[in-house]
Amino acid sequence: MQKYSVFSLIKNAFSNHQNWEVAWKDPTPKSEYDVVIIGGGGHGLATAYYLAKEHNIRNVAIIEKGWIGGGNVGRNTTIIRSNFMYDSNARFNEFGMDLWRNLSQELNFNVMFSPRGIINLAHSDAQMNAYARRGNSMRLNGIDAKLLDRDEVKKLIPMADFSDEVRFPIFGGLMQPSAGTARHDAVAWGYARQADDMGVDIIQHCEVTGFDVVNGKIKGIRTSRGDIKAKKVGLCVAGSTNILAEKLNMTLPIETHVLQACVSEPVKPLLDGVVTFGAGHFYISQSDKGEMVMGGDLDGYNSYAQRGNLPTIQHVLTGGLALFPFLSRLKMLRTWGGIMDMSMDGSPIIDKTHIEGLYLNCGWCYGGFKSTPVSGWTFAHTIAQDKVHELNSELRLNRFSTGHLLDEKGLGTKTWIG
Amino acid sequence: MLYIKCPYCGLRAQKEFSYGGDATVKRPNINEEVSSEDWDNFVYMRKSPRGKHIELWQHIAGCRQWIKVQRDTATHEIFQTAKVTEEIR
Repeated sequence: MQKYSVFSLIKNAFSNHQNWEVAWKDPTPKSEYDVVIIGGGGHGLATAYYLAKEHNIRNVAIIEKGWIGGGNVGRNTTIIRSNFMYDSNARFNEFGMDLWRNLSQELNFNVMFSPRGIINLAHSDAQMNAYARRGNSMRLNGIDAKLLDRDEVKKLIPMADFSDEVRFPIFGGLMQPSAGTARHDAVAWGYARQADDMGVDIIQHCEVTGFDVVNGKIKGIRTSRGDIKAKKVGLCVAGSTNILAEKLNMTLPIETHVLQACVSEPVKPLLDGVVTFGAGHFYISQSDKGEMVMGGDLDGYNSYAQRGNLPTIQHVLTGGLALFPFLSRLKMLRTWGGIMDMSMDGSPIIDKTHIEGLYLNCGWCYGGFKSTPVSGWTFAHTIAQDKVHELNSELRLNRFSTGHLLDEKGLGTKTWIG
Repeated sequence: MLYIKCPYCGLRAQKEFSYGGDATVKRPNINEEVSSEDWDNFVYMRKSPRGKHIELWQHIAGCRQWIKVQRDTATHEIFQTAKVTEEIR
């Protein structure tokens, strides 16, 4: 494989960039694989990459209905963080932060990981207390956390509304300085290119139509491009999880909902990190191009439409204007939606299933992108070793019936209703 | 914007309603022994189909009644609405 570097860039400039190697091939599916990963998004591509790299399993196919990176890995707001309170979620995502820090070098692809920090704003004494507790929990797990008072926040985001008239004054905030953003497309493409180089078949425009399960064991899958035998099958299909679960006669603790995001026209740099509004559904960061990247909450009803509804955008931006009045003078460039696999406690599931050889990776809710590397890493381990790794030992499917929920927000089930 | 026909008030904008989830889930009977599997199915497990979905909405900024709505989860087309005591087939 051609290595990407400044020298290869200069070399190819002489031929007008016409002679670059293709980054990944377009193979026809073989009749049999050791492992088939369904879903060519960030998590599926990362899983295939770590299967090949960490476990030397290279007879692997990724089956993607559309094109790789066309789903949530290309639709998220690119935020990477590990500011979790529960030990399990904190350890899992902090391991992921270590993978992020080295990802550009490892993949020989600039994913533009930029640890520019995230601030969760607090608007009451009670919220400050809750953030102090969360920050302490994070630090006990070795994650950097800084409790900021009002003046410290003002230094970092002076453009926020610090006047006396606001309904929700800023009391302070909790900051994770090592959190940040990355270029989401590059993550998908970087993993795809390396996985392809190690022998993984990336099969696009191929829809899974059914499964062959014999005596409780997976034998293969049926697709729009023919039947494919497989010793093991992993599901990484986010918002489409329930569609495939139905074909397997499985019911899961998951509902599919649409989440929207939007970007403004590009402006000069004014916002350094990521900021979340603590009194409404709104968060914001500024892309390297200068666009303000904003998001909020779900549209609020079950949806498989990869587009949303205007009332939610209005609701989200009302919160945005309360925090950053300057937004009123910006034009909106785009809004879009992605479909989220909302788990009932807000935490993901990476586990085996009752069907031998079938593995499940789902329930990412709003936060799948930040976990892309660690999700792939642990899912690859779970598939290769046929057992969960210590890192995903609490992300089990049966935690709902045993009562070992990971309700990070402490809001109970179906946190999106209300 | 969705427009939902409230069986009590007529056609109203989505902003007047709040969502209540899958209407086909049945709570286990009161005062009977309930297996943990049944509780599990009631509290956590959802089919979440792509296509026709019967769901609960509350006309929170109107008559405040709970209603049933049959809606397509991919196209958002609303086929039918009914009082919560009525069946949608």
